[in-house]
Amino acid sequence: MKKRAIPQLALAVSLLCVSVPLFAHHGTAAFDDKKVTLKGTVTEWFWSNPHCLLQIDVKGDDGQTVHWIGETQNPVTMVNGGWSKASFKPGDEVTVTMMPVKNGAPLGRIMTVLLPNGKTLDANAGIRTYK
Amino acid sequence: MCDRFKASIIVLAGLLFCVMAFAQSARPQQPGTAKTQKAASASAPAPRHDLSGTWEPANGPGDGIQANGVKAMPNDGKPEHQLPYTPYGLQVFKSHHALEGADAVLPGFYDDPRDKCEPMGFPRAMFYNLRETQILQNDYKIAILYQYATTWRVIWTDGRPLPKLVEGGVMIGNEPREPRYYGYSVAKWTDDTTLVVQTVGMMGEDRVWLDTAGRPISDQLRVTETLHRADHDHMDWSVTIDDPKMYTKPWVAMDKFPMKLEDPHQDVMEQYCSPIEMEKYNKLFGNPSSGPGSKAPER
Repeated sequence: MKKRAIPQLALAVSLLCVSVPLFAHHGTAAFDDKKVTLKGTVTEWFWSNPHCLLQIDVKGDDGQTVHWIGETQNPVTMVNGGWSKASFKPGDEVTVTMMPVKNGAPLGRIMTVLLPNGKTLDANAGIRTYK
Repeated sequence: MCDRFKASIIVLAGLLFCVMAFAQSARPQQPGTAKTQKAASASAPAPRHDLSGTWEPANGPGDGIQANGVKAMPNDGKPEHQLPYTPYGLQVFKSHHALEGADAVLPGFYDDPRDKCEPMGFPRAMFYNLRETQILQNDYKIAILYQYATTWRVIWTDGRPLPKLVEGGVMIGNEPREPRYYGYSVAKWTDDTTLVVQTVGMMGEDRVWLDTAGRPISDQLRVTETLHRADHDHMDWSVTIDDPKMYTKPWVAMDKFPMKLEDPHQDVMEQYCSPIEMEKYNKLFGNPSSGPGSKAPER
């Protein structure tokens, strides 16, 4: 029992560190706690308020294509985090990690995007506070 | 012994991860904030009666968003953050369906006037995405330019009295005047570096909210702000809400919120509300993320 306490503490501390900042526009009630990672092809990067939307086509193991939409923060916050209107273009192959919505629709809140050049964009980089 | 060693490694790894994560987030990550270095040395004294400059939240761009409501009293369910509502104030609060805070609804069920691109108004401009804020001043007035919605307000410093708050608006001398989204503001310097601003004559509860958590304000609201320039590069900003129609006593909504001076060449990016973009967002994401099978939570 005592031996388990230390790793559990470490896990708890780590989870606290990766907790997701609040969105400015709406809360987290619609989202699941789990994450999904999707490899897909960009069809649109909608640079807009109140949230930017990244649309991707994801081909499943069964050969079927599912159209996913992931939201980020607003453009000002995304620029603060190193993103831009030119971050994606249609046809880009990307790997997106997101929190899906609870109702099963192919929608989610983007956490990170791995670009074709190997660079990873962090969707929460621009919203954090420094202390 | 082996288990203890493994446990120690896991603890160290967890702590190292935390330190790295903090170190990463503690640095400005893009040109806009990385360039926000001071125009003079950090230890330089504040100039007399001068707040001019471009200011940003000193603790990072996330600090002024105030997603759960006003900074000093967020709607996070904690007893110490319960507001002193009047019965009518509580009734109005419960009629609001906010997208943030402890009473938040799903994105398909909100009624925040913000999402119809209605004017934010004052004092909500202080409590919603307070980001890069430009202050311009001359001998007669101070203008505050907010980044969100590219809005501005004017504060008179020419010695005129605060308009008299009356039913349906204000009186300026013998002239009745209409309520305004950003009210009527006058200010006085109480010392070399502290400006106290009084504002009345704002819109009523049918037009504006206090914050993103759906707290109410009325046309009887009086707001007191204190802007204190601590040194050349730092200012703190406090806001007190006094609205006898909604709250039984005055309360502090923002308590010495820290701002820091940016490079005077900083170009402030637009942050706007567009009905066209809002409609597309709701169609593609907001509404389908809330249904089918979703329903508005009970209040």
